[in-house]
Amino acid sequence: MNMIKALTLLAACAIIAQPAYAQQRSGPLRIEITEGVIEPLPFAVPEFIAENPAAQEFAANIARVVASDLAGTGLFREIPEDAFISRLTDFASPVQYSDWKAINTQALVSGAVSAGSDGRLTVKFRVFDVFAEAQLGDGLQFGGSTSSWRRMAHKVADAVYSRITGEGGYFDSRVVFVAQNGPKDERRSRLAVMDYDGANVQYLTDDSAIVLAPRFSPTGDRVLYTSYESGFPQVFVLDVGTVQRRAMDVAAEAMTFAPRFGPDGRTVVFSLTEGGNSDLYKMDVDGSSAQRLTSAPSIETAPDFSPDGSQIVFESDRSGSQQLYVMGVNGGDATRISSGQGRYSAPVWSPRGDLIAFTKQANGRFHIGVMRIDGSEERLLTASFLDEGPTWSPNGRVIMFTRESQGTSGVQSLYSVDITGRNLRKVTTEGPASDATWSPLLN
Amino acid sequence: MKLHSIAVLLVAAFVVSACTGQGRFGGGGLNGGVDQSAISDPTSPAYFQQTIGDRILFAVNEHTLTPETEIVLQQQATWLIANPEYTAVVEGHADEQGTTAYNVALSARRANSVIEYLIGAGVEEGRLRSLPLGKARPIAICSNESCYQQNRRAVTVLTAGGVS
Repeated sequence: MNMIKALTLLAACAIIAQPAYAQQRSGPLRIEITEGVIEPLPFAVPEFIAENPAAQEFAANIARVVASDLAGTGLFREIPEDAFISRLTDFASPVQYSDWKAINTQALVSGAVSAGSDGRLTVKFRVFDVFAEAQLGDGLQFGGSTSSWRRMAHKVADAVYSRITGEGGYFDSRVVFVAQNGPKDERRSRLAVMDYDGANVQYLTDDSAIVLAPRFSPTGDRVLYTSYESGFPQVFVLDVGTVQRRAMDVAAEAMTFAPRFGPDGRTVVFSLTEGGNSDLYKMDVDGSSAQRLTSAPSIETAPDFSPDGSQIVFESDRSGSQQLYVMGVNGGDATRISSGQGRYSAPVWSPRGDLIAFTKQANGRFHIGVMRIDGSEERLLTASFLDEGPTWSPNGRVIMFTRESQGTSGVQSLYSVDITGRNLRKVTTEGPASDATWSPLLN
Repeated sequence: MKLHSIAVLLVAAFVVSACTGQGRFGGGGLNGGVDQSAISDPTSPAYFQQTIGDRILFAVNEHTLTPETEIVLQQQATWLIANPEYTAVVEGHADEQGTTAYNVALSARRANSVIEYLIGAGVEEGRLRSLPLGKARPIAICSNESCYQQNRRAVTVLTAGGVS
């Protein structure tokens, strides 16, 4: 569904938080995500039912993660447990809708967890449209190891989100980022990976060399990034699972940076700087099929592919200041798409293909914004001393970016914001963090 | 910018760099942690770093040299020619008021401006290497122009032997 166009219907009638009105609602439970101000949809996620003693701790924790995912979108509002009138004690028992209506629950998620002796968890759940007194979609069941309980919770939340919004979810996903340590003039940096919500952090490199701007492969198995471990900036590819890394085989000692995978997971576009001049190149990740895409005395960098792989958006200062351009995947003429006042950089193409997110500097402030791929309908979503480096959620609804605070004690943090500009949130990380890249939904 | 104000900045930068030599990227250069008594020895790295000046500064978004910075670079070239046992890595740097990739590219331009000048002044190309560091290694950490102007720099870091 086209997001911008789709964001127009029904929001008010589906989600106004008044039982009397909601009882008159005729359509199914549905949030249409609109540009307008919305009231979050009230939901309840009672503790999942533990079907055996070993499942007890997971039952409670999974329900909490599901609730946290949903509430974190800003589209849903959790009804706290102490407001509950009835309890769910058996996954198969009928829901007492009147008890949930009375506390204005519109969506109710019930679930059950069992833990097998083999260390496997089974999680099943149902979603109920309380005022329609009906189950919303079929019940679903996920299985996995006990160590992956958070992933199963994210999968439940993704399914609930999808059923109510009609859009794909984004909770069962990971983020690779640069974990920072130390003061501004002696920052140590290393690559790390975490769940989208900041949990399960693992470090992927040590902090012996500067690392910049990791970028996920389309399948989420590898990242490209820039490392100074050879003594100069060079594009590396790292396997997120095995943590094996290698420098991309460009020309000997070529200084390369700002890499990005194409949708085929094989083609890589990047900047190469030679004699002080930076241009865009493309090659296969195995080092073959190198091709120069731009040849200008200006800076060409921060490239990104369109989701269909046919076009590349990038930044260039060929006009005298940083602006955004789109060209074919083999180079050639580029069309400038940014037209507002200020400097535009770090463009990233939405996974839906309809929007480009970017960093903008104007009047001494930094912004994260989005525009359509022809440059129209520019909207700035954030403003601060220093915001940069947007990355899209798998469903194209949310943008994560780096915000740096001002001054001698300035630190970098990750934030997320909805593409409507609402729901700005700091992402919880152990320490300072920057340069996020958001994976696709995991399988 | 007037020459005397540049001189003040350069002196300030020397003091800072002399105190924080270990903080320099890579740590492989000879400029940091030197014996201060060697400053009077014109063949010493300390002389290169502090008496001649190992760094020049740039205006916002600029990589062009000024007559003042060319004076410093000419002296660097003379020193490098007289001391052929040294090679140099020319670090380019940018202030924090820019995005990551652009600042790497901008700092590459700055390092290249220095390298081109030094080559033009007679230093062998093979003795020089560029290291664009973007905004990753500021030397002054406040968030205003007094710090930004110190960070928009190119530093000629002496190395012994090969540059690669």
